[in-house]
Amino acid sequence: MFRNMYDTDVTVWSPEGRLLQVEYAMESVKQGSACVALRSDTHSVIGALKRSVSELSSHQQKILEIDDHLGIGIAGLTADARTLAKWMRNECLNHKYVYGTAMPTGRLATDLADRHQRTTQTYVRRPYGVGLLLASFDKNGPHVYQTCPSGNVYECYAAAIGARSQSGRTYLEKHHETFPTCGRDDLIMHALRALVGCISGDGELTSENGSIGVVGKDERFVLIEGAELQPYLDRLELEGGNNAGGAEEEEGEGDAEEEEEKEDDVMET
Amino acid sequence: MSLSLQSGGAASRALAPPSTARAIADQGNQMTTRPITTGTSVLGMKYRGGVMLAADTLVSYGSLAKYKNARRLLSINSRTLIGAGGEYSDLQSIADLLRGNALNDRCTADSLYEEDNNEECAGEVWSYLRAVMYQRRNRMNPLWNDVVVAGFRQNPDGTTTDSPFLGVVDKIGTAYEDDVLATGFGAYIALPLMREKYRPDMEEGEARALLEDCLRILFYRDCRALNRVQIAKVTMDGGVLVSEPYELDTYWDFKGFVTNKGEMGTDGGW
Repeated sequence: MFRNMYDTDVTVWSPEGRLLQVEYAMESVKQGSACVALRSDTHSVIGALKRSVSELSSHQQKILEIDDHLGIGIAGLTADARTLAKWMRNECLNHKYVYGTAMPTGRLATDLADRHQRTTQTYVRRPYGVGLLLASFDKNGPHVYQTCPSGNVYECYAAAIGARSQSGRTYLEKHHETFPTCGRDDLIMHALRALVGCISGDGELTSENGSIGVVGKDERFVLIEGAELQPYLDRLELEGGNNAGGAEEEEGEGDAEEEEEKEDDVMET
Repeated sequence: MSLSLQSGGAASRALAPPSTARAIADQGNQMTTRPITTGTSVLGMKYRGGVMLAADTLVSYGSLAKYKNARRLLSINSRTLIGAGGEYSDLQSIADLLRGNALNDRCTADSLYEEDNNEECAGEVWSYLRAVMYQRRNRMNPLWNDVVVAGFRQNPDGTTTDSPFLGVVDKIGTAYEDDVLATGFGAYIALPLMREKYRPDMEEGEARALLEDCLRILFYRDCRALNRVQIAKVTMDGGVLVSEPYELDTYWDFKGFVTNKGEMGTDGGW
C-alpha cells in the first residue's frame, strides 16, 4: 500500500534526490515498441516496429509526418505522441507562414524539449509518457534528434528507443561510421537491420509490422510501409538477416522486459 | 471628402474641448494615426552580384527639415539590409526588433554540430516583417513605414543562392519582390527612370550612378528630400556595406529652373 510515498506528484522529490514520476515516464518509453533513426550526409531515416493489439486489429501507426521536411517516430503513449505531433505540425505551419521557409529542426526540438520539461515541474500535470525520434532534412542538412519525457534532447548520428532497442543501438554503434556516405536505400537497409534485432522471440519483420520514414535532399518526407516496404524486406531476406533472436547479438536486459511486454498496456506502441 | 472650405477663424477655434473622460480614454490607448517625424523615399536595385539601396538622410517634422543626418539604411545581419521611409521612430523600433532576432539567432545554435548558418536570410526577414506589419495594421496600430529589404535568398538546403533578393513591405503588410523598387515619392519620380535604365547585368558602378541620379532628381522635385545621401549594398562574398552619408553635387542652372514661367513678374516657380 505504502510502497512509495514520493511518487504521487511530479513536483515531489524522493529523499534520494529523484523525481519518481519522471522516471516512471522514462520507463514508459522503454515499454513502447522499438524505433530507430539514423542519418547520412544526404538523408535521414526512421524505422519502427508497429504493434497490433490483436490478430483482428490493424497495426498502430508509429511514424508520423510533421511537415514536408520532418517526421517523427514514437515510443511510449501514442495518445501523448499525437498531442505533441499536432503541436509540432502547428509550429511548422506557423514558421512557414511567418518566415516563408521550413522550420529549423533544432529549434523545434528544443521547443519540444521545453514542453516536456515544463510538465516535470508543474504540479497537477504529468510528464508526457513518450519519447520521440525526429528525422529531418532542413537548411542545415539532415538531422536526427531524440527527446525524452524528462525534457532532455539529444542530437544524434543515430538513435534507438523503445523495447529491446539495445540490440538495435548496438547495431547502429557498430556501423555508424559508414552511415555518412550511405545512399538512401542503404540507409533504409541499416534501419531495417537495426530493427530486426529489436523483435521479440520468434517474431519476424514483415511488411505489416515494419515501417520506414525517409527524408532527404530534394526529397520530401515519405512513409514506406506495406507493399512498398516489401522490396527492402526481400533484400533483407537475401542477406539472411530477417530471423529475429539470432542474427544480431542480443544484449542483456532482454528477458525481464520480454515478460513485461506480454502484458503490455494497449496504450503503448 | 468635402471640397468646400472649412469654416475657420475664431468660431472654429472656440469649439468646446473634448470631455475629460474622452481625453483620458484617448491617452490610455494611443495608436499611430499619422506619422510625425518622417523619412522619404528609399530606392533599391539588383545588379550583377548584389543588391544596392539608396536613400537620403533627411527626417522631416511635417514640412520642417528637422534632422539632416539621420540614417535610414540599416544592416540587420551579415547578409541583410533594410531601408525605410515613413515614421522614423517606427523604423528604430523595427530595427531593434530585427536586430534582436538576429542576436537570438547568433546566440542559439539550432544544431549541435553546425553553429553557423543560423542566420535568417533576407527572404525570411522580409517575410517576417510582412507578418509583423500585417498584424500591427489589424490591431489598427500600424508601423508607419514602407520597408525595403535587400540581401540573398537561401535555398532549402542552406546554400545561398547567387541571385540577390529585393523585396518591400508597406505599412499594411503588402509585400512584393522586384528587380527595382522605390517607396514613397520615389515610386512616382524615380521608379520609371530606374525601370528605363535597368539591366540585370549592371555593374556596381553603373548601378550606383543610376541610383545617385535618381536621388538627385528626387532632391530637385521632392520637397521632403535632401542631397545628403547614403548608399548601401549586399554582395555575395562581401556581406553588407553601408556608406557614410555624403553630399550629391547639384546643378540649378537648368533653364527650366531659372526662367519665370508665370510671365507675370511674380515669383512664380518652375
